[in-house]
Amino acid sequence: MNSAAHRPGIWSIRGPISQRRYWILAAIGLITPILAWWLVASTGWVEKVFMPSPGAVWDRTLLWATEDNLLQDTGISVYRVTMGWLLSAVIAMPLGMLIGTFRPVQAVLEPLTDFIRYMPAVAFIPLVMLWIGIDEGSKIAIIFIGTFFQMVLMVAEDVRRVPMQQIEAAQTMGATRAEILQLVLLPSAKPALVDTMRITMGWAWTYLVVAELVAANSGLGYAILKAQRFLQTDKIFAGIILIGLIGLLTDQMFRFLHRKAFPWMHKKS
Amino acid sequence: MDAQEVVSAAPKIRVRGLGKVFGEPPAEVRALDNVSLDVLQNEFVTLVGASGCGKSTLLRIIGGLEYHTSGELLADGKPVSGPGADRAMVFQHYSLYPWLRVLGNIKFSRRLGVNRRHITSADVEVAEGRADALLRLMGLSACHNAYPNQLSGGMQQRVAIARALMNRPAILLMDEPFGALDAQTREVMHDLILHVFRLERSTIVFVTHDVEEAIYLGQRVVLMAPRPGRIDTIYQVPFGAERNQDLKHTPEFLRMKNEILGRIRQTSGMETDTEMLQQLSRTTQD
Ligand SMILES: Nc1ncnc2c1ncn2[C@@H]1O[C@H](COP(=O)(O)OP(=O)(O)OP(=O)(O)O)[C@@H](O)[C@H]1O
Ligand SMILES: [Mg+2]
Repeated sequence: MNSAAHRPGIWSIRGPISQRRYWILAAIGLITPILAWWLVASTGWVEKVFMPSPGAVWDRTLLWATEDNLLQDTGISVYRVTMGWLLSAVIAMPLGMLIGTFRPVQAVLEPLTDFIRYMPAVAFIPLVMLWIGIDEGSKIAIIFIGTFFQMVLMVAEDVRRVPMQQIEAAQTMGATRAEILQLVLLPSAKPALVDTMRITMGWAWTYLVVAELVAANSGLGYAILKAQRFLQTDKIFAGIILIGLIGLLTDQMFRFLHRKAFPWMHKKS
Repeated sequence: MDAQEVVSAAPKIRVRGLGKVFGEPPAEVRALDNVSLDVLQNEFVTLVGASGCGKSTLLRIIGGLEYHTSGELLADGKPVSGPGADRAMVFQHYSLYPWLRVLGNIKFSRRLGVNRRHITSADVEVAEGRADALLRLMGLSACHNAYPNQLSGGMQQRVAIARALMNRPAILLMDEPFGALDAQTREVMHDLILHVFRLERSTIVFVTHDVEEAIYLGQRVVLMAPRPGRIDTIYQVPFGAERNQDLKHTPEFLRMKNEILGRIRQTSGMETDTEMLQQLSRTTQD
């Protein structure tokens, strides 16, 4: 009867953990570095130029929002990231599906993509400036280059992971190739695809600062770079934290979408 | 002799001198060699044999999921050149669509073009009725709204069978469909599939490694032998259409089971294994 006594502890491998414990630990994980930061900054061990206090960063953020154009900077950055990522997704989804489904397409495109994805996206900046110029298109292009090639391969892999039995069952029910793509491969891979989109969105954000190196005059990445020139360390902190928060927010949005759209994955007996 | 009789006398599936080689030289695998088998209309044939003797390969070739490299294969008198709605396949697992509920899985084939051409509202009604009947037949009515991963393995296989039957396929191909189920569930499924077989008058080819299952279900048991995969013996099962679990304890049944098991052991080269075991025990005793 005393089964509780035999419940595996939280340190057993892949052991269970209660919701409450999980969130307490998560809060500790988030608060500790902030506390450490505040401690280091307030004791004055480190010069303000190198490490501003949380309070100073907060004040700077407010100043940025009221006197400067924090909103525009955030808006334009979100726009660039979204556009670069969306462009990637729109092309990578069908292409990846074809690579994961038809061997000839895989043979033609996968080794090539594998090769290109190892080229550093940053190194394309001069080329992009030469070809596209220095307007919005070039920033979107950098983010595109940074995410697209990885995304194609991940989408292909997601589609390849659909169990062969699901495909063959449809074939023996008389499904055509188009029907299998539409009624089996796509819905079966969809949860994995949403996860891929979530992960690549994170990468798109990491390429933002790189993209805004390209003669930008607005955006969070640009603001961070400019702040460095003026030794406004607090603004650098604010910018980085802001990007982190936006990333966290989109990530949670994707997870929420995942739970809503695929109840069959989350609903166990 | 009227035309009806001629049609029913022609085999539903005709396999003639069929061979299958996987891969290209020098890494060829000869999976099937000179296999000939006729499966009659409304016949239940079971395939048994040692692991790797090509049972799945033969079934998949009949289903059009694999192609043969020599010989001839006809279904309903026509050469098989790929999978088709006339030959539904039930797999051991992973074939259900986890994003569809039970009813959605069963009615999946209704969404395919083959079943949507020239349909009338009467056809749709008939299909609805059939889906309902299958739910009841398979004992799935209570969980028609569940997702596959909320069901037990036995229930999942019921869904898979119902889905395959939905379209009234002329031929039902099953590859160890109960292989992952426990003994009790399996017995229930055996009686269920026999019931379905009588009701639907389908033609079934059923692969299994369980000899008892093969005899209990089949009208003929086809024993295959490995290296290269071929048909060794075909046993006519002397029991009628009405069967129940007691049959498994009759001397006749047991004799047949032992005979087939013995033959599988001979064809699989298990003798050499016993020799090896003796050798092993000798070396460990030293
Ligand atoms: N896709 C493949 N490529 C190469 N060889 C294959 C392939 N599929 C099967 N084989 C080989 O063909 C032979 C027959 O395999 P098959 O799966 O038909 O055997 P089986 O009788 O179904 O065995 P089991 O009882 O283990 O399911 C085996 O030697 C196997 O290794
Ligand atoms: Mg097999």
